[in-house]
Amino acid sequence: MARRENPEINAGSMADIAFLLLIFFLVTTTMDVDSGISKKLSEKPPKDYVPPIIKEKNIFEVNINGNNELLVENEAMKLQDLKAAALKFIDNGGGEGKVENGVSTGPCTYCKGDKSPDSSDHPNKAIISVQTNRTTKYETYVQVQNELLKAYTELRNRLSMERYGMSFSALEDAYSNDKGNDELKSKVEDIKTAYPQIISDAEPTSN
Amino acid sequence: MSKFGKKKKGMPAVNTAALPDIVFMLLFFFMVTTTMRETELKIQTPKLPSATEIKKLERKSLVSTIYVGKAKTEKQGKGDKIQLNDKIATAEDVPAFILNERIQVSEVEIPFMTVSIKADKESSVGTISDIKLKLRDVNALKLSLSTQKGNDIKK
Repeated sequence: MARRENPEINAGSMADIAFLLLIFFLVTTTMDVDSGISKKLSEKPPKDYVPPIIKEKNIFEVNINGNNELLVENEAMKLQDLKAAALKFIDNGGGEGKVENGVSTGPCTYCKGDKSPDSSDHPNKAIISVQTNRTTKYETYVQVQNELLKAYTELRNRLSMERYGMSFSALEDAYSNDKGNDELKSKVEDIKTAYPQIISDAEPTSN
Repeated sequence: MSKFGKKKKGMPAVNTAALPDIVFMLLFFFMVTTTMRETELKIQTPKLPSATEIKKLERKSLVSTIYVGKAKTEKQGKGDKIQLNDKIATAEDVPAFILNERIQVSEVEIPFMTVSIKADKESSVGTISDIKLKLRDVNALKLSLSTQKGNDIKK
């Protein structure tokens, strides 16, 4: 054994320092995930398109004026009451569902609403129409969309709990982690068709 | 026999002097690769509205972002400004922007392309609606209104 004359500096902890830096960068550079309210725009209608006639009672009209005030079904409303009103409207189930490919969906068996004849027939017929003004603040618009989506989420969660014993959000999460699972897919589709999100944005009025 | 006997004397310590180098290499790798391609904003950074019912955008390469916000300087004029890529544009330029974005992805992925609108809270719905109409013209129908994860509204 050679005798050490100048002992080496212990570099063992250097790795620790570097690791610390590495972890610091790994943690701090998490890129902000872009998230938002997803919307599907309707396709551009052809020139000679005649809009179908929809019964007044199947439309839930939300009007936002230029001062960001809400008018829901011709009554002034506060933003925090909107969700409950929308929920009541969607879940009313007062009549027959729409006829799709010759198959009638019949009355809404899972609805727990009032079954009032003056409100929507079936969740798949219930249309929420959001009418805005050009000067409406974007924030209010997003809040309204959010409240409406909340109503749908609540109904979907409720139905999913009843049918599959787990909330719809949990169901969707499970499906997104396991895309190939047909059973989960059919469950998600089932809930989605039971309570489809039909929110239509009317073109804003100009003053 | 003596060859085996020698080993029992004690394992020589593994030289860990190169470990910091390896870790530093990793560190540099992460530092370099995570440089975000953040387009320089010509408008004021939009203050996003907050919402709770939000969905995460997946597949970043398929997302095209449109910024809407106030002008940074008075020179640019008043009202809401739309920024596409790195220049200020009008709603008229949106279709060209979308078509340009489409060239960059393969054809099968075009239906999955999403437009993310990052608009300031204070901007008007009219501006957003103009963009929406233009998007509809070019059949870019998947839209995401970018928001922060927020709390419930105050009751």
